[in-house]
Amino acid sequence: MSREAPPEEEAPGGGEGEGGGGERQGDGGCYLALCARPVHFEKANAVNCVFFDEANKQVFAVRSGGATGVVVKGLEDKTPISFRMEDKGEVKCIKFSLGNKILAVQRTLKNVDFLNFIPDSHQLEYTQECKTKNANILGFCWTSSTEIVFITDQGIEFYQVVLPEKRNLKLLKNQSINVNWYMYCPESSVILLSTTVLGNVLQPFYFKSGTMSKLSKFEIELPAAPKSSKLSLSERDIALATIYGQLYVLYLRHHSRTSNSTGAEVVLYHLPREGACKKTHILKLNRTGKFALNVVDNLVVVHHQDTETSVIFDIKLKGEFDGLTTIHQFVLPPRSIQPYQIPVAGPAAVTSQAPVPCKLYSSSWIVFQPDIIISASEGYLWNLQVKLEPVVNLLPDKGRLMDFLLQRKECKMVILAVCSQMLSEPGRGSLSVIATVFDKLNHEYKKYLEAEQSYTLVVEGGQSRSNVLLKRPVRTQAVIDQSDMYTHVLSVFTEKKEAPHKFTIAVLMEYIRSLNQFQIAVQHYLYELVIKTLVQHNLFYMLHQFLQYHVLSDSKPLACLLLSLESIYPPAHQLSLDMLKRLSTANDEIVEVLLSKHHVLAALRFIRGIGGHDSISARKFLDAAKQAEDDMLFYTIFRFFEQRNQRLRGNPSFTPGEHCEEHVTFFKQVFGEQALMKPTTF
Amino acid sequence: RPSMAAAGGQEKQLAPVLLSFFIYNPKLGPKEGEEEKKILFYHPNEVEKNEKIRNVGLCEAIVQFTRTFSPTKPAKSLHTQKNRQFFHEPEENFWMVMVVRNPIIEKHKDGKPVYEYQEEELLDKVYSSVLQQCYSMYKLFNGTFLKAMEDGGVKALKERLEKFFHRYLQTLHLQSCDLLDVFCGISFFPLDKMTYLKIQSFINRMEESLNIVKYTAFLYNDQLIWSGLEQDDMRILYKYLTTSLFPRHMEPELAGRDSPIRAEMPGNLQHYGRFLTGPLNLNDPEAKCRFPKIFVNTDDTYEELHLIVYKGISSLSLFNFTVASIPPTLEFCRKLDSIVGPQLTVLASDICEQYNINKRISGAEKEPQFKFIYFNHMNLAEKSTIHMRKTPSVSLASVHPDLMKILGDINSDFSRADEDEEIIVKAMSDYWVVGKKSDQRELYVILNQKNANLIEVNEEVKKLCATQFNNIFFLD
Repeated sequence: MSREAPPEEEAPGGGEGEGGGGERQGDGGCYLALCARPVHFEKANAVNCVFFDEANKQVFAVRSGGATGVVVKGLEDKTPISFRMEDKGEVKCIKFSLGNKILAVQRTLKNVDFLNFIPDSHQLEYTQECKTKNANILGFCWTSSTEIVFITDQGIEFYQVVLPEKRNLKLLKNQSINVNWYMYCPESSVILLSTTVLGNVLQPFYFKSGTMSKLSKFEIELPAAPKSSKLSLSERDIALATIYGQLYVLYLRHHSRTSNSTGAEVVLYHLPREGACKKTHILKLNRTGKFALNVVDNLVVVHHQDTETSVIFDIKLKGEFDGLTTIHQFVLPPRSIQPYQIPVAGPAAVTSQAPVPCKLYSSSWIVFQPDIIISASEGYLWNLQVKLEPVVNLLPDKGRLMDFLLQRKECKMVILAVCSQMLSEPGRGSLSVIATVFDKLNHEYKKYLEAEQSYTLVVEGGQSRSNVLLKRPVRTQAVIDQSDMYTHVLSVFTEKKEAPHKFTIAVLMEYIRSLNQFQIAVQHYLYELVIKTLVQHNLFYMLHQFLQYHVLSDSKPLACLLLSLESIYPPAHQLSLDMLKRLSTANDEIVEVLLSKHHVLAALRFIRGIGGHDSISARKFLDAAKQAEDDMLFYTIFRFFEQRNQRLRGNPSFTPGEHCEEHVTFFKQVFGEQALMKPTTF
Repeated sequence: RPSMAAAGGQEKQLAPVLLSFFIYNPKLGPKEGEEEKKILFYHPNEVEKNEKIRNVGLCEAIVQFTRTFSPTKPAKSLHTQKNRQFFHEPEENFWMVMVVRNPIIEKHKDGKPVYEYQEEELLDKVYSSVLQQCYSMYKLFNGTFLKAMEDGGVKALKERLEKFFHRYLQTLHLQSCDLLDVFCGISFFPLDKMTYLKIQSFINRMEESLNIVKYTAFLYNDQLIWSGLEQDDMRILYKYLTTSLFPRHMEPELAGRDSPIRAEMPGNLQHYGRFLTGPLNLNDPEAKCRFPKIFVNTDDTYEELHLIVYKGISSLSLFNFTVASIPPTLEFCRKLDSIVGPQLTVLASDICEQYNINKRISGAEKEPQFKFIYFNHMNLAEKSTIHMRKTPSVSLASVHPDLMKILGDINSDFSRADEDEEIIVKAMSDYWVVGKKSDQRELYVILNQKNANLIEVNEEVKKLCATQFNNIFFLD
């Protein structure tokens, strides 16, 4: 049974008929999945070497040292780049600079070759030897389109290609330091070096537009004192990733018999741009064996090869704080990555082969940060993705579920679905759970509104010059506003009429309460929904009380809605007039309401009370007075306007522009010509 | 009108008293000789049988006679020199009659007392309303006459009437009835939107977790904040709570005789809630869980419910009463106590804050030169600066009875016409009395301004409306 997923959840390219690659079936709550459209490359073998560049997320397949071709494929690239280069020996490392401008190839331990890359044209290579004597190059990283860092066993060297056409490099800076291994995080332009004999002292460097800055070094606590002076911290156990905008060093601390821990754990060190690195989080794995780390959507994913399952951690969720670090348990029960079928290659589909199930957690998998999984033996590169729908049923605590979902990128439709679900049977949530969820949503909503407001203030105030960095706040999917709630949840819920009306009203009031608590102005359509529901169940006294305490805020549309209820609930008339009065901008409406009820005198007294009686239309009032079929009323109103005419123009008669001829005739008919007011003579 | 001052020490004023009160149904004894069967209740009971029959017969005759002139609206009262009779037919063929003796001025002439009956002192509307309330109160606790008769025959009805009115009639204080008895309104507690929503949320959650609770009302300091009951039922229940139940519990508290139930409950969350109806001590397994039954929506669904009144912090008089549909058990009471008690304590601090704000706002205007009564027929909201705090016995007006009578007269005038009106009366001794009617609202103002003229009085009332009633539509 496959469930219809909202469009946002559909894997990209799922509909392209690649042979059921993204089919979801019997996922049993699998909340991790491989992307449906992986990068396919020629698998590694004797003549074909495969390289992965973390900065550009590109796979390089180099055949025969490049002589028979190099094919470069990226996750985002539509068409692969392919070219040939001269076979000058075994390629150790190959990477494009950002924007694929310059290709760097390392073939020896001493130097790196460069090639200004222009498709379909042959360019001459140029070479840069590492400056430090007797040093061996461990590798290199591009930090921009023209800047490159060589990491040697004796330090780092920072070069710049000043003008590519000149084909030479300039050394910007270098630093001597013993290096065991290095790690690069392209998102934050930080290179981490492992130094000292044990390798557990890590030295980070930060690169930005031609400058290199040394961040404070720090030591990773090893689980047990090493017996001998040999390298004790392997790069396999370290990952560098950005989580919630902050750079962290993730250290996979294996279980040791000496410590009393129940299993391996991941220790997170926060690496700020300034200041010391600090151990902040411990993620408890409660198991031992071989692990691999990924970071997806700000979640730390830990794969466990022995059980072929993965767990996820969210460092923003509440953990156990011991004064220094926060200890987290995994958010959801361990699950395998969703079963994956290897798509049969496009043109070969004629063979009508059934898709082959992919071996998950294979020992040939290589994992890169943040979310890359590569199967070298099969020639695939995937993104790891988090599926939110299965999470809903795995996390029974709705408050925690919301905390979790609100931090996810593609959360909106899932959150709205959770809201709908908790309002309907089976498994209807209690009002206090519903209140908690509403409060969490509105907290996020309010944060956005506030950011938006202060942005507008600054822009309008013309202060933007002083603060160039000020950016318009981004509206993430976690911002669930009133219209979302109304359209997807509340109006559907009230229309279904499954729940007892008491519950329906309680839910609506709870939402309004929550909005008020966060000082968010409630939209009119929500009030309308409340009123509609109350009216449907004849709960007029309840409505009256809500209005009496201004729970439903004043507005013209609301006043009009109340007026329309007068025939079924007479007090609505009074409520409506009160509301119009309080609005103080609705005097015309008040007059109209009174006239429509033939309260002509009341209307006149009201307009006189606010000093507007000199400009009102005499005809309108006389019409209403005539319709009231009360001769004395008509006389009074007629006399009032005669007096007004006298006062304003010195003559009691009406001007043709007032179109009152009909009424003058009527007056004469009823009261006689002599009853007309005589012009005052002086 | 005889002046008080002129009478000096020689005169004595005797207040109106209840002479008799009876209920009958002409259909129960239509045949001659069976007249006694018509009588369902008669107070005072000591009256000789034939006199009872005579009095009932007289009332029947008057009603029949006046019906020939006005078939739908027969006589409501009968004025005589010594007394006044009020007739009310709350259910078809069931008549309630109340006979009130007119106030008397006792004079001494030649050493002998001479009684002068004041025939025009009593206001029909006030005492008719008192009579109607007698029925409403009976119905609240006993259901309709007809239902009682259907269930247990005439005998059952008679027993119920006897049981109820025997006690209830003693609590009628006819000498202090006034305009407020006509309105029988509800005083609302002014509250900001957020606190109100919090209370809403609290009530909804409580009703959800205590699912036998059908309706809830929430009061603070004798003022209503929320009612889940319909308006008419709430009106009479409010009257019962504020004039009977609450004052009964207030007095021992004020005297410091509040039983310290909480002290003996170890491990209990700090709260001061307790039941005003039902069990006194929740720890006593023998405690009786008997709650008064009430009958609501009698025209429609006719619901029989149990009235649970639970009170929060004693010093703040935060009340919350709950109506349940099945008999609540001790178990239930404990659960309610544990859910509601702590919550009320939390809400009380919010409300108390609001209370202080309200006091500051109203206190800012110093002692005003006027007193007023406001009533809105639409939501029964009532506000009076004329009346002192209600005690179990009386609600005391702080102005001279003559002025109260003028208010009553103006009210009678208002009820005769549909139009908006304004009446300004110059009373004795520098007082001006102003009555205003705008749509469904009535406002009565008593001004004490020496040498004020009509225009000044009018201005003064306009000012009052602008300050006290600026958020409602009140025509000038």
